[in-house]
Amino acid sequence: MLGFILRRLLIAIPTILMISVFVFSLQKLLPGDPVLAMAGEERDPATIAFLRQKYHLNDPVPEQYARWVLAAAHGDLGISLRTNQPVLQLIEEKLPVTIQLAIMAMIVALVIGLPAGVLSAYRRNTWVDWLSNAVALSGLSIPNFWLGIMLILLVSVRLGWLPASGYVSPWVDPWRSIQVMLMPAFVLGTGLAASLMRHTRSAMLGVLKSDYVRTARAKGLSERSVLVKHALRNALVPVVTVTTLLFGELLGGAVLTEQIFTIPGFGKLVVDAVFTRDYAVVQGIVLCTGVAFIAMNLLADVAYRLLNPRMRDQ
Amino acid sequence: MSTVLTELSPLPRRENRAWKKLRANPAALVGFVLVAFFILIAIAAPILPIDSPIATSWTEVRKPPSALHWFGTDDIGRDILSRMIWGARASLLAGVISVAIAVALGVPLGVAAGYLRGWTDAAISRMTEALLAAPFLILAIALAAFLGPSLTNAMIAIGLSAMPVFIRLSRAQTMDVLTEDYVESAHAIGIGHVALVWRYILPNIFPPILVQATLSIANAIIAEASLSFLGLGQQPPAPSWGSMLNVAKNFLDQSPWMALWPGIAIFLVVLGFNLVGDGLRDALDPRDT
Repeated sequence: MLGFILRRLLIAIPTILMISVFVFSLQKLLPGDPVLAMAGEERDPATIAFLRQKYHLNDPVPEQYARWVLAAAHGDLGISLRTNQPVLQLIEEKLPVTIQLAIMAMIVALVIGLPAGVLSAYRRNTWVDWLSNAVALSGLSIPNFWLGIMLILLVSVRLGWLPASGYVSPWVDPWRSIQVMLMPAFVLGTGLAASLMRHTRSAMLGVLKSDYVRTARAKGLSERSVLVKHALRNALVPVVTVTTLLFGELLGGAVLTEQIFTIPGFGKLVVDAVFTRDYAVVQGIVLCTGVAFIAMNLLADVAYRLLNPRMRDQ
Repeated sequence: MSTVLTELSPLPRRENRAWKKLRANPAALVGFVLVAFFILIAIAAPILPIDSPIATSWTEVRKPPSALHWFGTDDIGRDILSRMIWGARASLLAGVISVAIAVALGVPLGVAAGYLRGWTDAAISRMTEALLAAPFLILAIALAAFLGPSLTNAMIAIGLSAMPVFIRLSRAQTMDVLTEDYVESAHAIGIGHVALVWRYILPNIFPPILVQATLSIANAIIAEASLSFLGLGQQPPAPSWGSMLNVAKNFLDQSPWMALWPGIAIFLVVLGFNLVGDGLRDALDPRDT
């Protein structure tokens, strides 16, 4: 297993380098000369020359990239123009908020998606299956930011059951924190639940046709035991990896969810950075999510090998 | 012998079989109707008897749905129905053009990787993995931010973000087609590389790409709405469903209709494309004959 992980880590290096090239190129997409914007109204030639020297903008582009990527590898992602804080520090501050939202959304997705997928496969071509599929397809088609707006209107504005926005740390007031995050987690979780339901259904359909499930039934085991102990356990193998890979979708969805519910997390950080033209923060976030996604991919591969005995023995 | 031959019914072609299966799928038909409806109103927008989507009226600010304004009016007195109809143009255009960009760039790269293998494949695959590593929406937001906020740049950003899926798909499909006997025969009789790709590979990888493109249009429409909602897509006063929702969220308590209609429209058009995509996938699946 250790050899496998090392091999996968080695394969990840060129991909991470490729991400860094891409992130670095982003700043080259900016229209106009960045120094002219920094120099202000007067555009004094001496100031412009000084800024070019300071930011090494007279150096060849490969040299600029090498300097930038080396600094990034040491955790220096630059300084935020808006807050004057190091970008990495900003990300570290906001990340726990998004992680809490992501964990709660994943719980929502698992609680809805897994049972719906299992039931749908078990009762294939019945009304349960059709209903589950229709709900899943609707879940995939509803823009989550609109669902969020509608829930705020109904649950917060009309019924007054849950707060419409804000954030409370779970370390300060755990109950209030769950209350505040419940609606955003539901909004973010429903789209994932739909994907998860479809994957679980597909995996269960394959497993339910297998010889070992037929054997388990022939041995006279109860249907519940066949379904949970034999079918679901095996169907979960691909589902676990898919769940890990839904991480990207989760982060993308968090951007909009945090914006609607005014949650001060990672997603709100990226949107605020975009509107204040805080490009170092945008670049830092793309780089960090890319590297995190690769780490999640690796985790998915390891989980797949651990859960699947045939792969483990290879 | 000749009698036997004439009595044999010809094998149904794959296209005919697929078309029959598609027509027999009620969900796909509902999808087609939804998509056709939105395409029709988007095309007919200039000739429909509706108000201008940018005409404001200070006496008609935030009026609820009525006989005069079926869907109500917005915060500066513009007719919401008119903005919805014109907004359909932006959404559908963004969906189709961004996927066209993704297909136009992704398929040649994927075919090149699958056909040439070696270093070309390694370089294209690493690039694809890098692009896939950044979450779709974050990548689109970053690109739209650096390119500048506009509908055109949003379409480019969405197209580039959707491209890796088409590279992966066409690479895998090309490698699959290359193992077929007819490709080996074509090689053996000396058909050139370009002709081989054009006449044998592209037609055979087309069905899965068509399915993916249909499903990607659904995602692209949501992505455009998301970018416009954040202020990175269609710019005011031009109408777009996403930007209408962005404004509507500030008046939820007083004028909920402002948020209702654009969301329903996005849901229906995305559902339509998803239903058509699912139907096409089932109809073109060779395992399920």
